Amino acid sequence: MEWLSEFGAIAAMQGFNGLSVFCVLLLMALGLAIIFGQMGVINMAHGEFLTIGAYTTFIVAVLTERFAPAFGPYYFFLAIVMSFFIAGAIGWVVEWAMISRLYHRPLDTLLATWGLSLIMQQIFRSVFGAREVSANLPEWLMGSLQLTDTIEIPRNGLFVMGLTILLTATIFLMMYRSRWGLQVRATVQNRAMSRAVGINTKRVDRMTFALGCGVAGVAGAAFTTIGSTGPTSGSLYIVDTFLVVVFGGAASLLGTIASAFSIAQAQSIMEFFMSGSMAKVLTLLTVVGILMLRPQGLFSIKVRK
Amino acid sequence: MFKISQLASGYGQSQILHELDLSVEKKEIVAVMGRNGMGKSTLFRSLMGLLPQWGGSIEVDGKDVSKLDTHQRVASGIAYVPQGRMIFPSMTVLENIQTGLPASAKGVVPEDLYALFPVLHDMRKRKGGNLSGGQQQQLAIARALATNPKVLLLDEPTEGIQPSIIKDIARSLKEIRNMRDLTIVVSEQVLSFTMEIADRFLVIEKGRFVVEEKRENVDEATISRYLSV
Repeated sequence: MEWLSEFGAIAAMQGFNGLSVFCVLLLMALGLAIIFGQMGVINMAHGEFLTIGAYTTFIVAVLTERFAPAFGPYYFFLAIVMSFFIAGAIGWVVEWAMISRLYHRPLDTLLATWGLSLIMQQIFRSVFGAREVSANLPEWLMGSLQLTDTIEIPRNGLFVMGLTILLTATIFLMMYRSRWGLQVRATVQNRAMSRAVGINTKRVDRMTFALGCGVAGVAGAAFTTIGSTGPTSGSLYIVDTFLVVVFGGAASLLGTIASAFSIAQAQSIMEFFMSGSMAKVLTLLTVVGILMLRPQGLFSIKVRK
Repeated sequence: MFKISQLASGYGQSQILHELDLSVEKKEIVAVMGRNGMGKSTLFRSLMGLLPQWGGSIEVDGKDVSKLDTHQRVASGIAYVPQGRMIFPSMTVLENIQTGLPASAKGVVPEDLYALFPVLHDMRKRKGGNLSGGQQQQLAIARALATNPKVLLLDEPTEGIQPSIIKDIARSLKEIRNMRDLTIVVSEQVLSFTMEIADRFLVIEKGRFVVEEKRENVDEATISRYLSV
């Protein structure tokens, strides 16, 4: 019977590991689902906004250590807020300077944002160097909770999960309860008509893009607790993130959550039993198979046509 | 109240509207009649700024709106019910109406809107796309009224709607006009509907107004000659 409890413990810990991956993936995917699902913009530079958030966290950590060591244990909260606003502000500028000129030209947007992502990666490399950096985590984020003799739950994972739940709930409230959310959903369904009922769709687009990028920035802050930051940290996630958004159904936030969860869990549990790349191949095959049967993704909204 | 002068517009290189002039009084209902392809929808779309305007001016209550963006025109008091209704199908009836409300309303739908269209109150939690054609038309009108307009533009409101509901819509339009001192411009191909509501009739043919008659002197036969194919 011993092997059974050991197996249970491995499954539980690996499952929790999967939850951490799920959290970063979900934060990334939520931002992308808003931008891609709602605006139809394929933002290849979305990963770089995660990197911006991660580097912001690193800078805040270094600065607190140097100038306000007493503040050290709590710098992370400031870092999250800063990551959101810095990534959001850069997103706002990018939308104004580039994306807004390319609406209704999806392939051009794809190329342009891919170019942007290369430029941003090189800027990171020139400024922070090619070596990966990592912020010193505050004491209370390190270590783990001992649940049973064999099951340990890392604290940083719990923190990231709390952050994800909070942010997801906020986004849902904004999309379904606020005037901004109403205007976003109207614009998605019929841009011309939205203008004709008095919605300033240009402003809505800019806000939406900035918010999506800001959320990616928060994902970056969360990312620093589970990995170290390099110039290409974000771009490693971009394929998985698109996979999550497409699999979930582009216009559905609930679908995004369900698909991020299933992809992250499948990936993480299978990785324990086979090599990482085999796990990825299996995940991809399953997703491709399901998408062939259900091209609209997991969740879609049903109305009379 | 609502004044169009020398309005010209079109698609690409081809001019559709040829220097149109129209002046509508407060509380007046004007019907623009014409066959398909004569420029009715083009007129409405360029009035809303959804099509680029080539020349001329549009005035609402003495204010020139022809340089404004679409959403600013709405804020200046023009509301639009497009052909084919164009409600937001995957949003609820309530949310559809809320899209038209100004920020100051804080999402609260005015009572008189529901009084006009009680069916919308009963169905406020349903998805707009699951309503019948007539209900969607009422929803589109309610959404336009939510913007608190001075001028209401209706593009073929009876298209694809059963006759009993057409009568309802005619009745509510007159009611709204009296309730809110509204100016209404409506485009139509169905003469019986406009005979019931309009104070003045215009016939548009190849982008020009060719007939203009007050309700008292209107001759149904003359107008229907322009409508028959």
